[in-house]
Amino acid sequence: MKLSTYNFLTSMAIKGVKVGYPLKLTINKKEVVETEFNATFVERLLPKLDWSAIYSAAQVVELTDDIPAVQPENIAENEQLMQKLHHLLFEIDVLDGQLECPETGRVFPITDGIPNMLLNEDEV
Amino acid sequence: MSRRPEHSAPPEIFYNEDEAKKYSQNSRIIEIQVEMAERALELLALPDDDETRLILDIGCGSGLSGSVLEDADHMWIGVDISKAMLDIAVEREVAGDVILGDMGEGMPFKPGTFDGAISISALQWLCNADKTSHNPHKRLLKFFTTLFSCLTRTARAVFQFYPENSDQIEMVTSQAMKAGFYGGLVVDYPNSTKAKKYYLVLMTGGAAPLPQALGSAEEERRVNYIKKRDACREARGKAPKKSRDWILAKKERRRRQGLETRPDTKYTARKRSGRF
Repeated sequence: MKLSTYNFLTSMAIKGVKVGYPLKLTINKKEVVETEFNATFVERLLPKLDWSAIYSAAQVVELTDDIPAVQPENIAENEQLMQKLHHLLFEIDVLDGQLECPETGRVFPITDGIPNMLLNEDEV
Repeated sequence: MSRRPEHSAPPEIFYNEDEAKKYSQNSRIIEIQVEMAERALELLALPDDDETRLILDIGCGSGLSGSVLEDADHMWIGVDISKAMLDIAVEREVAGDVILGDMGEGMPFKPGTFDGAISISALQWLCNADKTSHNPHKRLLKFFTTLFSCLTRTARAVFQFYPENSDQIEMVTSQAMKAGFYGGLVVDYPNSTKAKKYYLVLMTGGAAPLPQALGSAEEERRVNYIKKRDACREARGKAPKKSRDWILAKKERRRRQGLETRPDTKYTARKRSGRF
């Protein structure tokens, strides 16, 4: 699972959960896969992304030197930051770890890079 | 014994390692899946500006439909309930991310995430109740409402599916409309048994005309049978009904039977003027 996908995932499907965002990410194993940098796509994606979740993901993978805590203005003009964002969002692949619901503490395991979002019958 | 896979087992059990293997090896299955994914992408009607978009693939399986999206330079995220199928997707090293999830439990995404959604041969699985806790109507509604929220307001969602009967089509479309979607069904090749394909095209941002289905005749070709029927009657020696000859023959018969009959005049069987 890439960290861009992490930015979109919520645990809203659990019964009784109102926001369920952002999930708490724990990484046991990850790998870096190089992908092509597409500046316009990252720029278009920015309004959909939640900066606090980007920052918390950066904290987990220890890239806080590259990513500021508050979203700076005019990111699109900052080529260097865009490249770092691209690296964080699309090049880090979480192979093993877990996602935790902030409200119920329900844990969704990530195995072989696939997050398991299946719920039990009593959680729906 | 029914041949529909939904009747044999729930999807997470039906799509086991053996079945999943077919989706990476059987060239016929691959060809059909890719063809349907291409058509779904066409029906998605994304703006033609060569920009990369984020697409949701529901029931992505081994990522065959995802590969079609990759070829069109789009990013995608897939959801499927079968771990065996997703393992094949990871093995194939598809570019999109895949998530293990159940459609009927809702889409686990933040509002306004995707620029579009496609789904190939998955929706019919939601029409069945595989567990006692499952209610197809409720699961469909939950699926459509969560899908509606995770799409942008100009997005479309295209579902290729195999409805079992008209009740299922009605159930699926009514739940989609209840969730706030506009749109309807596009049936490609409606006159063919094999090539006939159902696509449910849903729109989030207001009603727009549905795309034209493939293989449906543009104008209705109707043969004029009435003319042929009259010709047949004449050939048998009988005058066409309501004609002057037919009325004269009828009156003649009544006279022979001794019944009261008006005389034949130039007004007999004369057409009334249009003003009447």
